[in-house]
Amino acid sequence: MIKEVNTVIVGGGPAGLAAAVAAYDEGERSILIVERDTHLGGILQQCIHNGFGLQWFKEELTGPEYAQRFIDQVEERGIESVTGTMVLELQYHPENKPYDKSVMCLSPEDGVLELRCKSAILSMGCRERVRGNLKTPGTRPVGIFSAGLAQRLVNLEGVMPGHKVVILGSGDIGLIMARRMKWEGADVKMVCEIMPYSSGLARNIQQCLIDQNIPLYLNTTVVDIHGKDRLEGVTVAEVDERRNPIPGTERYVECDTLLLSVGLLPENELSKTLGVEMDRVTGGPQVDENRMTSVPGVYACGNVLHVHDIVDFVSKESMIAGRSAAKYNTKTDEEKSEEIAVKAAGEVRYTVPQRVSLDEPFSIYCRVGRPVGAGKYVLKAGEETIFERKFIKAVPGEMAELPVKASELEKIKASGAKELTLETVLA
Amino acid sequence: MEYTCIVCPRGCHLTAEKVIENGVEKINVTGNFCPRGVKYATEEMTRPMRTVTTSLYVTGGDIAMVSAKTNDTVPKDSIDEVLKEASRVVAKAPVKVGDVLIENVAGTGRNLVATRNIKVKA
Repeated sequence: MIKEVNTVIVGGGPAGLAAAVAAYDEGERSILIVERDTHLGGILQQCIHNGFGLQWFKEELTGPEYAQRFIDQVEERGIESVTGTMVLELQYHPENKPYDKSVMCLSPEDGVLELRCKSAILSMGCRERVRGNLKTPGTRPVGIFSAGLAQRLVNLEGVMPGHKVVILGSGDIGLIMARRMKWEGADVKMVCEIMPYSSGLARNIQQCLIDQNIPLYLNTTVVDIHGKDRLEGVTVAEVDERRNPIPGTERYVECDTLLLSVGLLPENELSKTLGVEMDRVTGGPQVDENRMTSVPGVYACGNVLHVHDIVDFVSKESMIAGRSAAKYNTKTDEEKSEEIAVKAAGEVRYTVPQRVSLDEPFSIYCRVGRPVGAGKYVLKAGEETIFERKFIKAVPGEMAELPVKASELEKIKASGAKELTLETVLA
Repeated sequence: MEYTCIVCPRGCHLTAEKVIENGVEKINVTGNFCPRGVKYATEEMTRPMRTVTTSLYVTGGDIAMVSAKTNDTVPKDSIDEVLKEASRVVAKAPVKVGDVLIENVAGTGRNLVATRNIKVKA
């Protein structure tokens, strides 16, 4: 079956939902959200803890409540969505203008479904790194789960993955699951972190570990896995500054469950089928300030673009993508403003967007590569300094938003520079 | 005393101390970015409070579990009892966000309320 839709949104999590609402509010009425799960809401459905929405809704919500607010907004507007539907491939056929993108889906009702659209929004989110990504030696027993999978089992399916738990990785999901498993009666023995610091939020160290009397071992990792059918234990060891295990520091920890919270990877297989230009640092597409990828009319937002620390930023970013897609649908001319690149330097690991057109004021989002103390972000156009923004501290886990004001935009234009550089100067 | 504020992702580093002002004992809080930090540190010094979130089995619904939270913070030392009570209750579909699943949970004066909608299984 072939259908024509102006905007197709791939993924009905927080990014896709916000993008849909924004596209609708910009005037677009032909929108379809395609979701592979049975329900809309994405990963927020299983993030049952609170702490979401303080920025966006100005109140503290749990993940499912945050999702429900956006689902309600989608439903109030009568925006169409299909669930249980998997997108297999994205295609770009410039000769088929204006419906020059094809979203190939498998639907339980329609079988193979081809959605032809003017604009597509990539909002597929991210995936967890798993044991295979770590290359941890040892046997291959049952009992090794990614933290997010365990979260789904416990919170949505009502199944406990195990009872004696070691957690590797102290990112927020690992910390949240340490408390969750403890609250469900498990013996959570420890959280190990290979780095000298936790990438999780300070509040989660407090409420998920310190409150629960769960020890956190820094500079420590799992070096061996034991057990034939079911996991019986792991060997943990301290690591040196090059993250190599230090001989003699190994110790055996009995456990039947190992949860891995060792990073997230934007899920871009579909983006790649389309041939969008990728950013090797973020693992997501390269985008302009409207969140448009290198393929005209294809936008990306949320964790598929770069992994976010808080969902409120995802909503904000996705609104930009949704509005832009709606505007794109009504555009008739081919003219595209000239763009200049935004480069990361110093402690700045990456920026989003990676290129900007200078048509309107925009914000640069960035992250540092390691924890640093006080300093300032400096945006330069060529040799000229456009702005300086101070920070008290910067950590890899927290994204910074740096708005470029109208007056600063004029400065950039006047400089005639072909490239912007965002760097750090430490105090 | 020093605390890490857990109210929002900012995680302010708070310092709280008891002072006597005009013969009245008072708690002074510094390091907070917003007034919620004062409330948090004061409670940490007197009686620590937490919001409890969990999920309950649900019958007749389109999914197996309904997520839930206490509608306000409860004393930290009542968390185990709240969780125990929650584990004994099975909700019934349909459920709407905000529906009370357990009234006055564990005698805290707070209700355990649903945080998602559950439709009746088709």
